[in-house]
Amino acid sequence: MSDLRVPKLWREIPQHYRLEASKCLTCGRIYFPPKTVCNNCKSKNFEKTLLPRKGVIETFTIIRQAPSKYELYVPYAVAVVKLENGVKVLSQITDCEPDKLQIGMPVEAVIRRLYDDGENGVIHYGFKFRPVF
Amino acid sequence: MIMKPNHKVGIVGWGGYIPKYRLPVENISRIWGKDAERYKEGLMINEKAVAGPDEDTATIAIEAAQNALKRAQIDPKEIGAVFVGSESKPYAVKPTGTIVAEAIGATPNILAADLEFACKAGTEGLQCCMGLVSSGMIKYGLAIGADVAQGAPGDDLEFSAASGGAAFILSRDSENCVAAIEASYSYVTDTPDFWRRAERPFPQHGEAFTGKPAYFHHIESAARNLMAELDKKPSDFKYAVFHQPNGKFPIRVAKTLGFSTAQIAPGLLVPNIGNTYSAAVPLGLSAILDIASPGDEILVVSYGSGAGSDAFYIVVKDAIEEKRDLCLKIKDYLTRRQQIGYKCYIKWRRHIIGQPK
Repeated sequence: MSDLRVPKLWREIPQHYRLEASKCLTCGRIYFPPKTVCNNCKSKNFEKTLLPRKGVIETFTIIRQAPSKYELYVPYAVAVVKLENGVKVLSQITDCEPDKLQIGMPVEAVIRRLYDDGENGVIHYGFKFRPVF
Repeated sequence: MIMKPNHKVGIVGWGGYIPKYRLPVENISRIWGKDAERYKEGLMINEKAVAGPDEDTATIAIEAAQNALKRAQIDPKEIGAVFVGSESKPYAVKPTGTIVAEAIGATPNILAADLEFACKAGTEGLQCCMGLVSSGMIKYGLAIGADVAQGAPGDDLEFSAASGGAAFILSRDSENCVAAIEASYSYVTDTPDFWRRAERPFPQHGEAFTGKPAYFHHIESAARNLMAELDKKPSDFKYAVFHQPNGKFPIRVAKTLGFSTAQIAPGLLVPNIGNTYSAAVPLGLSAILDIASPGDEILVVSYGSGAGSDAFYIVVKDAIEEKRDLCLKIKDYLTRRQQIGYKCYIKWRRHIIGQPK
């Protein structure tokens, strides 16, 4: 299958499965998704770091008209989650009806199916956040 | 034959996962014009746990493994093998074990394999890990039973086929172990009581044939043989967990073997979550470990159609007290529940004609 989605999926496994970020060894800034050049100090010296898996919802929106690969989840929320170390990530919220969501709600990362490339294609897994219980 | 490891083996971490959603029996029976009370009394199932639209066996196995890791408190890179037992693999060809190993940070120096033996594939992983850690081939082994069980719309299995998972990390026996697995015993025959042919979406079953010559014969044989080899009797055990395709079978087999209701109650989850297939006995054992005390003896007997049973003799150790509260317990997942309707259920399972698969 000459489909670039497969190598892209493979390259992004560390960040999608384990919330693996890059940390600048010169100025300490953390990037997610990972970067290879620091926006702040232009350094290319990075180390891998795992993001905390808990945070709070900083803001969110509810998706009611979704791309076809997400139609099964409609309506669903996409939120900016502020993690315990201050890093902000964009993520789908799962295991929660959108009308129950609140800004400031504590959430935690889980690994879920994001979508699949049709009946014959690969399954894309990755992090989502759910309310802490 | 009894299987005793040369070097004693123990559980260093355990953890389970049950999806949030529940489908009550009434919501299924109403659609098909069946009598809900007959199913509730006959199966002793009130509702079943249903995987969310973004959950499958891999995601369930991952959360169970993450919970086991929180209790084991080990570096995941030290895990030398992961076995995922399931009959509902997300891929027909591509291992679930690699997805789990990658998600928990255990790759790349690890053996990963998927096991299938109807509802007992989860306990087979325990036996594989026992051998590998006892022999010294690996330091830690991860055994998972997880399923998003299938039941054809309208079939009796639809009332019970449920979703869940549980994971155990094994090592050679040490002070870090919460329980020692002293011995195991497997009993198998070629008994076609339940099957799913290649590329078919739903299993078939032999109706009443699934009882006496299948479930009861294999569980009773494995349990009796293990107890005889160890010179143990039912009253020696604080707890017992038997495979639970419904509520009636494990209660009846416990009574036949001489176990009381009190001994099996903590591990009997099926009335509230249904039959989680490869996860049924692992989840029952997890629920028992959540409340067990040092010195408690546990009998574990799984059953997989096709058919066979794996029995285990487990003794709880001191470390359980300090590890019990390190992650969510089974009762936490039982409490977190949201009922759904049948229409939602078949949409999530992608049973609607014309719906993208």
